[in-house]
Amino acid sequence: MDDTLFGKGLRALAIASVLLLGAAIALVFFYAPNDADQGFIQKIFYVHVPLAIVALVGFVVAAGFGIAHLRSREQKWDQASYVTIHMSIIFGVAVLVTGSIWAKGSWGKWWVWDEPTLVSFLIVFLLYVTYYPLRYSIEDRDRRARYSSAFAITAGAFVPVNFIAVRLSESLIHPRVLSTTGGHMPGEMRLTFIVSLVAMALLYATLVKVELASKHARMQLRALRRALEDEPAEGAAMATALATVPARPVSVPD
Amino acid sequence: MPALPLDEAGKYVAGAYGVFVVLLLVYVAIMATKLQRIERELQLLTRLAEKRRTERT
Amino acid sequence: MSAIAAIVRKDLRVELRTGESVPAMAIFAVTTFVIFHFSLERDSLEGELASGVLWVTLLFAAVLGINRLFVAEREQGGFDGILLAPIERTALLAAKAAALFIYLVALELIAVPAFAIFFIRSGFWDALPLLIAVLALSDAAIAVIGALLASIAVNTRARDLLLPLLLLPLAVPVMIAASEATKPLLSVPVDSSIAGKWILVLALYAVIFGLLAYALFDFLMED
Repeated sequence: MDDTLFGKGLRALAIASVLLLGAAIALVFFYAPNDADQGFIQKIFYVHVPLAIVALVGFVVAAGFGIAHLRSREQKWDQASYVTIHMSIIFGVAVLVTGSIWAKGSWGKWWVWDEPTLVSFLIVFLLYVTYYPLRYSIEDRDRRARYSSAFAITAGAFVPVNFIAVRLSESLIHPRVLSTTGGHMPGEMRLTFIVSLVAMALLYATLVKVELASKHARMQLRALRRALEDEPAEGAAMATALATVPARPVSVPD
Repeated sequence: MPALPLDEAGKYVAGAYGVFVVLLLVYVAIMATKLQRIERELQLLTRLAEKRRTERT
Repeated sequence: MSAIAAIVRKDLRVELRTGESVPAMAIFAVTTFVIFHFSLERDSLEGELASGVLWVTLLFAAVLGINRLFVAEREQGGFDGILLAPIERTALLAAKAAALFIYLVALELIAVPAFAIFFIRSGFWDALPLLIAVLALSDAAIAVIGALLASIAVNTRARDLLLPLLLLPLAVPVMIAASEATKPLLSVPVDSSIAGKWILVLALYAVIFGLLAYALFDFLMED
């Protein structure tokens, strides 16, 4: 039986996330200077871009989990792949909404086709939302995991290819809409950006761990319930053992 | 488009950061509901285990 | 190699006899051109509009063919046959990709002349050699990704619905490269230069996803 406790180290991770998020917000609003061209609205950059970077890295990490699953056939890798994609999609919604708000404030339109990062992100997002119907349409657990891993790997390889293609399709005369101070970032801005990026990455890791812990707990509950209902003696022993020693992991005879 | 004045730009910035915070809180709320369900199921199962134990004796 | 050829021959023979895929794709394409004529209210097209109409239509027609790619194997137990036979499973993938490529070429033999007749007023013969090159390379890219996705979708419940959803975003780089490469060829006057970068993108795409499909196919065929 799998004894991994996803809750291990979660508290430290969560605390680190909160601290860094607080630091990032403080830096954004009290330390980083206003952008020369875009003014105050450029501050959205510090939430939009870290969200996008973390989400995309998450997709690539999910592809890695997919590879791990195909090689080891362990369900936990498929679980990790699913949760990572799920989290990246949620972050992706935030990316698209904050990007749209930024576009409206900067350029007066709710969407700009001229920003290749935003456009390529939209395409990636549209691809990954098909992950859900794909998973739900396969009933067999092993096959679902295998096919999901194949999808995660294919889609992960797609992310850079797509970005390159969309970037190339941008006409060179159009200036980048959502870039910052024409490409030159003063030191204060760079520091703020890096702190925001790390904060976002920590937040992502925390949420993924929380989700994995919750899923794991539910799975164990299901196994426990089955044990109780089928083999009363053994199940009762397991249940009381788990109930009386809540804080330490218990190894259970399979 | 020239840079928006501070009060107007402020609304957009607030909107963007607000969306981020709201999404985060919605996620926490969903996690809290899942946790509640886990607790309830755990309670049910411990009661079941207790019952089984007393049945045996 | 002979296994691949055998499977391709079998598929082509079935297609010639039953005509399940290519005629439907061709009719769909030509009808779509007619619909475009009415919805755009145009008698002729050039440049990016022509390029866009052509490639969107070809892609959607391709979806029809890709949907049917593995259906015979699924319904008649062909998958089990391949698994039992003493050949590499990836031979099936290569064969399906090759068959799909041939279907796409057959589609274009009908659709592209129809498109030219409907919409291109001048310069088509000058554009043709390079257009054929772009079509061939794009067909290879679509054949590779189409075969991979078809093998994923065929074993799921909602396969007809799932395949376009999976294919369309993945096909975006191919569409970008193909339409950008075709745009100067359909302009008036014809500009016979193709930016090398689009050829590179198409080739890169076909190679990356070809290798990926080759690596993943065994895992998909396990049952």
